[in-house]
Amino acid sequence: MTAMNQENTSQVVVQPVDKAKVNGILKVALILGVITALEFLIAFTVPHEFAMLRVIVFVAMTIVKAFYIVAEFMHLGHEAKVLIWSIMIPLIFVVWLIAALLIQGGAIFDVLYQ
Amino acid sequence: MSSTTVTLEGEGKSLWGGGVEPLKASYGKLMMWFFLLSDAFTFSALLIAYGLIRYSHPAYDGAINDFVFSQEYWPIPEMVFEAAPFLHGIHLPLVFVGIMTFILILSSVTMVLAVEAGHRMDKKDVEKWMLWTIVGGFTFLGCQAWEWSHFIAGTEEGGRMLDGSIFYGANLTQNQYGPQNFAALFFFITGFHGFHVFSGVMFNFIIFYQTVVGILEKRGHYEMVEKVGLYWHFVDLVWVFVFTFFYLV
Repeated sequence: MTAMNQENTSQVVVQPVDKAKVNGILKVALILGVITALEFLIAFTVPHEFAMLRVIVFVAMTIVKAFYIVAEFMHLGHEAKVLIWSIMIPLIFVVWLIAALLIQGGAIFDVLYQ
Repeated sequence: MSSTTVTLEGEGKSLWGGGVEPLKASYGKLMMWFFLLSDAFTFSALLIAYGLIRYSHPAYDGAINDFVFSQEYWPIPEMVFEAAPFLHGIHLPLVFVGIMTFILILSSVTMVLAVEAGHRMDKKDVEKWMLWTIVGGFTFLGCQAWEWSHFIAGTEEGGRMLDGSIFYGANLTQNQYGPQNFAALFFFITGFHGFHVFSGVMFNFIIFYQTVVGILEKRGHYEMVEKVGLYWHFVDLVWVFVFTFFYLV
């Protein structure tokens, strides 16, 4: 493939840096960094007695981070609607698996220790 | 790319006659997306299995300061992962894994910058950002190697096994930190993720090489950078979940 078009090299027009785009990228990076820092803050300030609260907050923050990575870094938020849904809808199975296996885990615990 | 195929048919093209792109993405990118979807199922299954096994073990319910390793209950992650290189004996919960998280996020940022440079046909910038991404990937792998060797070697005090003996560190049959499954899941989940990071670094290197020798420039576009970029961001995405469910919760 490379050998065939060896004669028409160069003539590539390099465009200047798209400042707005780069700023958008850095903004998303800042959001990810701040959320991660907040997670650390919560891990060491909210006592372990509030286990449920901690889990809910951590999961919520993780989903926010996942949203920014998938929608902006992976550009899925700017793709065709059909593509967005064909990736998102199958993840319903994951939601089901979480429910099923966590209930199952609790049931195993009851059999072993109750 | 997409414009060239459609013009031949013009206005009267039929939906089933070919040349239609309902998802408005190239074949390669679509296949990468569906591969990543399947990979997301694999990692979901691993992390949810962690949840199931953790829920089937007793939790530690004493005060955090009195925590000691025991085979009787699931360990508190921040008490297990509290060491950092060159700072032996100092209690630094989650500090090292936090640094690893920031390294991976940063390498994700340099990856998007490489994709952006590719859109501008800027070979020099693509090279620069791809190289930084590769450096970030190797740094993360190095950190993980240290994390693993520390986990395997264990702490100075060790942990008491069910038969009363003291065991140091962890392997696939014994584990000083708690129930054996804790170590098995640690090795499997972070190992599987680390393997993804490793293959991601390899893909990034191949594309970096193709950029340097000018293959992508001759091709007229840098779409391959976008495709390996998708994979690399996915690796970062998985780490975000591993970090939450293995280290924080």
